[in-house]
Amino acid sequence: MSVSEPMAETPLSHTAAPKPEAAEVHGQPTPEQPTPGQQTAASPAPANQSARYTVLDRKPFRLIDLMLTWEMILVLLLVAVIAMNTSISPYFLDVYNLSDATVNFSEKAIVALTMALLILVGEIDLSIAAIIALASLIMGLASVAGVGTFGLIVIGLAVGAVAGAFNGFLVTAIGLPSIVVTIGTMSLFRGIAQVVLGDQAITKYPQGLQTLGQSTIFSLPPLPNSFFIFVVLAIVTGIVLHRTTIGRRLYAIGNNPVAARFSGIRVDRIRFVLFVLSGLASGLAAVLLTGRIGSTRPNIALGWELEVVTMVVLGGVSISGGSGTIPGVVLAVFVLGLTTFGLSLVNVPGIVINVLLGALLISAIAVPLVVRGIMRGLGR
Amino acid sequence: MTQIVTRRELVLAFIIVAMVLLIGVRAPVFLSFDNLRFVVTDTSVLIMMALAQMTVILTRGIDLSVAANLALTGMLVALLSRALPGLPIPVVMLVALLIGAGLGLVNGLLIAGLGIPPIVVTLGTLAIYRGAIFIVAGGAWLTSKDMTEAFLAFPKAEFLGLSSLTWVALVVTIGFYVFMTLTRTGRGLYAVGGNPVAARYCGVSLRLSQVLVYTLAGTISGLAGYLWVARFGIAYADIGIGYELTVIASCVIGGVSIAGGIGSVIGTVLGALFLGVVANALPLINISPFWQMAISGAVILAAVIVNTRSEWKPQKLILHEARRAAAGGQK
Repeated sequence: MSVSEPMAETPLSHTAAPKPEAAEVHGQPTPEQPTPGQQTAASPAPANQSARYTVLDRKPFRLIDLMLTWEMILVLLLVAVIAMNTSISPYFLDVYNLSDATVNFSEKAIVALTMALLILVGEIDLSIAAIIALASLIMGLASVAGVGTFGLIVIGLAVGAVAGAFNGFLVTAIGLPSIVVTIGTMSLFRGIAQVVLGDQAITKYPQGLQTLGQSTIFSLPPLPNSFFIFVVLAIVTGIVLHRTTIGRRLYAIGNNPVAARFSGIRVDRIRFVLFVLSGLASGLAAVLLTGRIGSTRPNIALGWELEVVTMVVLGGVSISGGSGTIPGVVLAVFVLGLTTFGLSLVNVPGIVINVLLGALLISAIAVPLVVRGIMRGLGR
Repeated sequence: MTQIVTRRELVLAFIIVAMVLLIGVRAPVFLSFDNLRFVVTDTSVLIMMALAQMTVILTRGIDLSVAANLALTGMLVALLSRALPGLPIPVVMLVALLIGAGLGLVNGLLIAGLGIPPIVVTLGTLAIYRGAIFIVAGGAWLTSKDMTEAFLAFPKAEFLGLSSLTWVALVVTIGFYVFMTLTRTGRGLYAVGGNPVAARYCGVSLRLSQVLVYTLAGTISGLAGYLWVARFGIAYADIGIGYELTVIASCVIGGVSIAGGIGSVIGTVLGALFLGVVANALPLINISPFWQMAISGAVILAAVIVNTRSEWKPQKLILHEARRAAAGGQK
């Protein structure tokens, strides 16, 4: 009941002080979860002997175990969603229907990858949907002026990158909090789209762009272009984050930006690049979305920022930065995407689906916390 | 330090007055008493919501669910007044306050009790409350035909030349001013936001403060829900959609630091008035209302840049003072 205990709980996993207790805790889950390549058997023993002064090469096992648990929860959720959808609709397990389902979340999922990296370093970008609107607007104006498909793709990506660089400049060069900056640029970018478009829509797009957004890359397993791009980008992002020094730096920045700076990581440059990447991903989403629906309206992609943040947070990325994995985000994308698709198959209104997704977001985070609290209570 | 804060608010007040006068040059009707009264009435709900949001942001939190709470409470009291047309308006308002408080308390308990980050909790409840409107009303819209005369009359009533909305906003503002400046709990919110650990040692609990501010934000949203629905005579799932960002924008323009611990009642009221003046002036000076969003975005960025610059001083205050002392009191 005392206030200090649970408050202290979260940061403990990063610090050296609670080692004896931590050793007890991760002694329990290890037998259940054999982690490949983590020398599970070797480490606990020395950790117990010189617990206070051990500095591990890698993260403490407890964190990794937690993340595995998190991804296990998501896998179970995904299985439950698929089982539920199969039982409520006979049309769910159809290759063509499923391929259709991926189209509806692939564009958001692409942006979720860069959003995951941003949240991982303790930043956030709420302007992504507005960047999509702005990029789509400029593409529309260019298309009306007669620019071809390839030119439009370049323009979409460039507008996204410039908008992202603007965010990055405000955050890193002027030192403003990213949440305020991107709330501001969200209004600014979408406001510009509204000023130019008014209540009009641009619907004149070349066939090539529509083909890109609507067709599939292979025909036999019908793999839509946007989904294929998402999968490729997810693999690349996953490798960069989990297998390169760049990825390790992102975790370092997320856990302690000041310490990261002192250890020689160019924190601001990395932050800036991540904002540009976030803009670039939004530009790519704008290209795919504009091609798919073949029009640009001021309310294009409205509210996507919250859906994308939901994907990332449900994927296990800590909103305060420093932890999270790409496989987790990918799983969350599927959980959310397939839940939405399955329920809309049986004509549940979108707004009611949102209730379930909101409840899912809170309970997915609350339940493990409650369970861990109970386990700790029993352990005493 | 008090002087710096006051100066910033003075600058903002000066900008608003200058803006009002400039607009008056283009469209003299804007300066008429009736129009200014309307602008204030129109901004009343925003002022109340911004003040409540300020207390949340002071504790380093954020409440994205306020607009959804407003819409859900508005829908529920509209349904209530349709079911029980004889219910006196003070009771309806009390019910609105209680529903709003309950919805806010849910946020507070999830945040303080389980330690889930505020942005995650309120993002979730935002979706849940919005959807709940659709569910409780069966997807229907309630229009003024479904509401009683008395229900609709309150926001249009006038006392002593000012609209009832203005009076409510005035009472709420004075209440917040007294609370934030003169009560121990109110001062404690600054302490919690400025340094949670130090505040804990001084006996100010972060968790109790969190429960308090989210419940407070919910209560005000509930009240605003009744006022909104009764004023416009319509309730449906999408009313006030995206309004939470306007509310947060008012706070930011008014000098509330998103990092917590800094912000004042007067500044927040001025921030809300600024946005209210912009929104009401654009149609009068023949600028397309589509500009409103772009302008408020640009203003948020400008305000946060200015505020961050001036926040640097308080942060380095001790060093500053020490250096000044070392230099023999010169500069």
